[in-house]
Amino acid sequence: MSINEWTFIAIFLIVAALIPVAAIVLGALLGPRKPNPVKVQTYECGMETHGDTWVQIKAAYYIFALVFLVFDVEVVFLFPWAVAYNQLPLFAVIEGVVFILILAAALVYVWQKGALEWV
Amino acid sequence: MGDIITTIGTFLTDLLSSLGMGPSAVEITIKIIVAAILGVFGIGLVIFTVWLERKVAGRIQDRLGPNRVGPYGIFQTVADAIKLLTKELITPAGADKVPYNIAPVFSVLGVLLIWAVVPFTTNAIASDLNVAVLYIVAVGAFGVLAVLMAGWSSNNKYALLGALRVVAQTISYEVPLVLSLLVPVMLAGTMSTQGIVEAQPIWYIVYVPVAAFVFFVSSLAEVGRPPFDLLEAESELVAGFHIEYSGMRFAMFFLAEFMHAFAISALTAVLFLGGWRGPWVQQYPTLGFVYLGIKTMVVYFVVMWVRCTVPRVRIDQMLNLNWKFLVPLSLVNVLMVAILGKLPLRLSEEQVAEVLQNTPWVEWAFGPEFMAELPRAVLFLLANAALVIVVLALLGVYARRERRKVEALVDEGEFSAPQPAAAHQ
Repeated sequence: MSINEWTFIAIFLIVAALIPVAAIVLGALLGPRKPNPVKVQTYECGMETHGDTWVQIKAAYYIFALVFLVFDVEVVFLFPWAVAYNQLPLFAVIEGVVFILILAAALVYVWQKGALEWV
Repeated sequence: MGDIITTIGTFLTDLLSSLGMGPSAVEITIKIIVAAILGVFGIGLVIFTVWLERKVAGRIQDRLGPNRVGPYGIFQTVADAIKLLTKELITPAGADKVPYNIAPVFSVLGVLLIWAVVPFTTNAIASDLNVAVLYIVAVGAFGVLAVLMAGWSSNNKYALLGALRVVAQTISYEVPLVLSLLVPVMLAGTMSTQGIVEAQPIWYIVYVPVAAFVFFVSSLAEVGRPPFDLLEAESELVAGFHIEYSGMRFAMFFLAEFMHAFAISALTAVLFLGGWRGPWVQQYPTLGFVYLGIKTMVVYFVVMWVRCTVPRVRIDQMLNLNWKFLVPLSLVNVLMVAILGKLPLRLSEEQVAEVLQNTPWVEWAFGPEFMAELPRAVLFLLANAALVIVVLALLGVYARRERRKVEALVDEGEFSAPQPAAAHQ
């Protein structure tokens, strides 16, 4: 039964990708195609662009990505626990609570370190 | 009448079998048909929701909204779509062609795939996955990927900056989103969306309004709707990650955003508002479509309302709201549900029968399951109310402290009244 459900997802993936592809191809066929050097310039509200596009970016983005990684990966571990929650004995529930408290401690640590400040 | 889905299903099976197909070929063909219907439905809906949103936004802002093309301007979106279809697809110089072309497709894909696990009525769900909740989070990643590819490959600084903001925002808000998704999973004991709806004789918004709120807010941020639309802040980033897209490619991003806003409304309805549940839905499954539609529309109206009311937040405010408010709140909420859920409060069958003898109208109106769950729901609701009061008190303390800081600075003469601008000479 489960395999059947995933077959649908596979078919739907293809169909769902075909729809936007079809729309874009149709647009390409119906629309004009007259590129010229001015038209394909980088658009910055009329100003000429200066230097390279791939400039240095704030390091804070990287830190937030790291914090996210820690949380998201650990939260995914909670899903099996949540599904089994109704059948779990009290001890296993408390173990889950301890796990969440460790997550919370990580948040407090990151917060105290100042990694959550956007400066 | 009764059951449209079974009727159509039987009809199609008979039709295809009579054409000489084997059973497995019939099954695959039906799946393809369902996929096509679902895809067209998802996209066709946008034509309607864009019009609706412009109309509602117009009314909220004391305008008329579109009213020229067709009755009440209902064909405005069709006209816009035709216009976009005949526009040139401009590829900017220096664009990285492969990701540049894939990005619009991915952004539609990520949203359209959500509809596969939305249960429309008792027996109509395209694919009743047993990991549907995780699946929703997983396909959401297509959207992030699309935005990052679009921003990176456009060879435009503003597009790149916009894309990085989106990634910072979407991945940040994914943490409270996933944490609040844990709560209905814990209550229902399953990750299947159909299972979650079936486990809601009392809507989960009554049990866990805080989780519903966190889910709704972080979904808004995932979609990048106002007030979280700083990814395409027109005034500072030109237009965000899709500056360099034109014609149908741009339309795909636009489509994905509106489709996503509608999909999260449907998900909120499914996870917290009881999905297709409503009176007589077990006898007449077709009613489920109506109930889900009404609930989705109510949530979607709130989405539009928020969009028209709340101003855009700054990036530091956006990150603070997430990491210092929603994440701690959702962690506390999960802990609370974990502890409360183990209290033995569900009424046994004898107790339910006893109560129902005295109040037969309850059984008539809501069913015995409702009665059995009622004490638990009331306890959860009270606990949530207590949590909200504590949170509001903490916010009040924080706000007073911040205000005193500013007042102290004013007293020291750090801040003064703004001088007439001399810098503009």
